[in-house]
Amino acid sequence: MRWNQRKRAKLLFGFSVVFLAAVAISGVLCREAAMTTDFTRTNLAPCLEYPFGTDWLGRNMFYRTLTGLSISILIGVCAAGVSAVMALLLGLAAAVFGKRTDSVISFLIDLVMGIPHILLLLLISYALGRGLRGVIIGVALTHWTSLARLIRGEVLQLKESEYIQIAEKLGHSKMKIAWKHMFPHLLPQFLVGLVLMFPHAILHESSITFLGFGLSAEQPAIGVILSESMTYLIMGNWWLALFPGLMLVLTVVLFDLGGNALRSILDPSSVHE
Amino acid sequence: MIKHHLLFAGKNLIRMVLLLFAVSVVTFALVSASPIDPLQANVGQAALGAMSEEQKEKLRSYWGVDTPPVERYLNWMTDALRGDLGTSLLYRQPVTRVIAVKLSNSLFLMGIAWILSGVLGFLLGIIAGVFKGRLADRAIRGYSLLIASTPAFWLALLLLMVFTVWLKVLPIGLSVPIGVEASGVTFLDRVRHAILPAATLSITGVSNIALHTREKMIDIMASDYVLFARARGESTWKIVLRHGLRNVLLPAITLQFASISEIIGGSVLVEQVFSYPGLGQAAVAAGTGSDVPLLMGITLITAAIVFLGNFAANLLYGAVDPRIRKGGRPK
Repeated sequence: MRWNQRKRAKLLFGFSVVFLAAVAISGVLCREAAMTTDFTRTNLAPCLEYPFGTDWLGRNMFYRTLTGLSISILIGVCAAGVSAVMALLLGLAAAVFGKRTDSVISFLIDLVMGIPHILLLLLISYALGRGLRGVIIGVALTHWTSLARLIRGEVLQLKESEYIQIAEKLGHSKMKIAWKHMFPHLLPQFLVGLVLMFPHAILHESSITFLGFGLSAEQPAIGVILSESMTYLIMGNWWLALFPGLMLVLTVVLFDLGGNALRSILDPSSVHE
Repeated sequence: MIKHHLLFAGKNLIRMVLLLFAVSVVTFALVSASPIDPLQANVGQAALGAMSEEQKEKLRSYWGVDTPPVERYLNWMTDALRGDLGTSLLYRQPVTRVIAVKLSNSLFLMGIAWILSGVLGFLLGIIAGVFKGRLADRAIRGYSLLIASTPAFWLALLLLMVFTVWLKVLPIGLSVPIGVEASGVTFLDRVRHAILPAATLSITGVSNIALHTREKMIDIMASDYVLFARARGESTWKIVLRHGLRNVLLPAITLQFASISEIIGGSVLVEQVFSYPGLGQAAVAAGTGSDVPLLMGITLITAAIVFLGNFAANLLYGAVDPRIRKGGRPK
C-alpha cells in the first residue's frame, strides 16, 4: 500500500505527539528514581540493566535523562505558549492600531532581535535571580519576535483584502474585525508557529541551564546533566554526555518534524502533492 | 539618486543609534532589577559577617549598591558617551580594555566560522536546490534539519570527546598553550586551539543558509528564463553559473549578515565548553560574578555588532533592489 503525503504527515504528527507525551509523562513518574544515589554502582558503562550507564553518584542515567527531557518539554511548551500568544497579540496590535503602535512594536522586535538570544536570556535570568522562573520568563520574552513579524506581515496583507475593507465600510469596530475576520485566518499560521517554537525553546532552555543561569544544579535537567558530564569527559565517561544529548536531539527533531507535518496538514494546497 | 542612497543610509543609521540607546536602557533596567546581591555573590556570607561596618560600606560603594538606579544609569551614560564604559569589577581593568582583548579572541573564532559556514552552506544549498528530490538533496536537507536541532554545546562536547580525549590530536581548550609565555605563542598555536571551537560554530551555522539558498535555488530552477536557457542547450553547470549564482548570491549574503547574532549566541556556548577566553566566556563570568559594568559593556558591543551586520545587509539589499530602497512608501 502506498501512502500519500497527507497520510504520512498525519502519521508523523501522531507519532511525534505520542512519543513526546510519553517521554514527558514517564519523566515525571521516574523523578524519584532519577534522584536516588547508590554507591555500589558508580560510573558503570551502559549495559542491559542501565542502558545509559550510571554517573559518579551511582544515579541511573536513563531515568535522569527521561526526567531531564520531561522538564525541558514542560518548560518549552509553557514558555513557547506564552511567547506565541504574545506574538499573536503584538502582531495583531501592530497591524490594527495604526501607524504609531506599529512602529513602536517594530522597534521592539528589532530591539529584542538585536541582542543574541543567549545573552538576553542570561540578562533576564540574572534580573530574576536565576532559577525556573527566570528560564520560563526569559524564553517567553525572547522567542516571540519572528512569529510576531510573520503575523504582522500577514495582517498587513489581510488589511488590503476585500472582505476586510468591506467589513470596515460596514462600520465594524477594529477589535471585531481583528477577532472575527482576521484571527480565524491567522490560526493555522499561529498553530504551526507555536509548534515550531517548541524546539527553539527547548534548545535555549537547555543552553541557558548548561551555562549555569537556568535551573539549579540539584534538578536533573538536561543542561545540568551535560554540564556535569564535562568534568568526567576526560576520564572517558563518554556515556554521560552522549546519550542525554542524543535524546535531546531526538526530542527536538520530533518537535520539528511534528510542526512541519502539522503545517502540511493545515495547508490545503498540499493535498495534491 | 545618490541623495536617495544617503537618505536611506542615514535613516538606518539613526535607527541603529536609537536601538543601541534602547538596548543600554533595557540592559541597565534588567541588571539593576536583579535581586542577586553582588556582595554576597562575590565576597560570601561568612566573610561579610566578619567585616566591620566601615569595610562593608567601602565594598558597597565599590559594587555600586548604594546609589539609586536612575542616577547610576545617568552617570554610566555620561561616561559611556565619552568612551569610558567603567571598570570591570572582576578583572579590575577598564571594561573597554577587557572587551578589546576578549573580542579579538572571539572575532578570530567567529570570523573563521562565519566565513566557513557561509561558503559551505551556500554551496550545499545550491547543490541541494539544483538536484531537488535527488539523493544529494535529501542528504543535505536531512543534515541541515538534524544540525538545526543539535545544541551547539553538545556538538562541542562530542567533538571535544572525539578529538582530544580519544584521538588526542587537538588541545583541550583555551586559546593558547598552558605554561607558555605570551611571546612564545605562535600563530599556529592560536589556529590549533581555535580549530575545534571554529569547527563547531561552522557546522551549526551551515543549516540555516543552506536551507534558504536551497529554496531560492529551487525557485530559480523552475523559472522561465532557466527553462529557456535549457531549451537553448545550456548545460546545468552553465545555467547555475550564469543564472543561478547571480540571483541567489544576494539573498544569501544578506542572510549571512543577519545570522551574526546567532553566531555570537553560539560562540557563548562553545567558548564555555572549550574554555576559550573570548567575549562569550567573559559574559558568562560577568553574569555569575555580578560584574555589572562588564555585562553592560558586552551586551552593548554585541548589540552594536549585530546592528552593524543588519545595517550592512540593509545597505546591500537597498543598493541592488530598488523596491526596498524606497522603504515601503505608500503607493
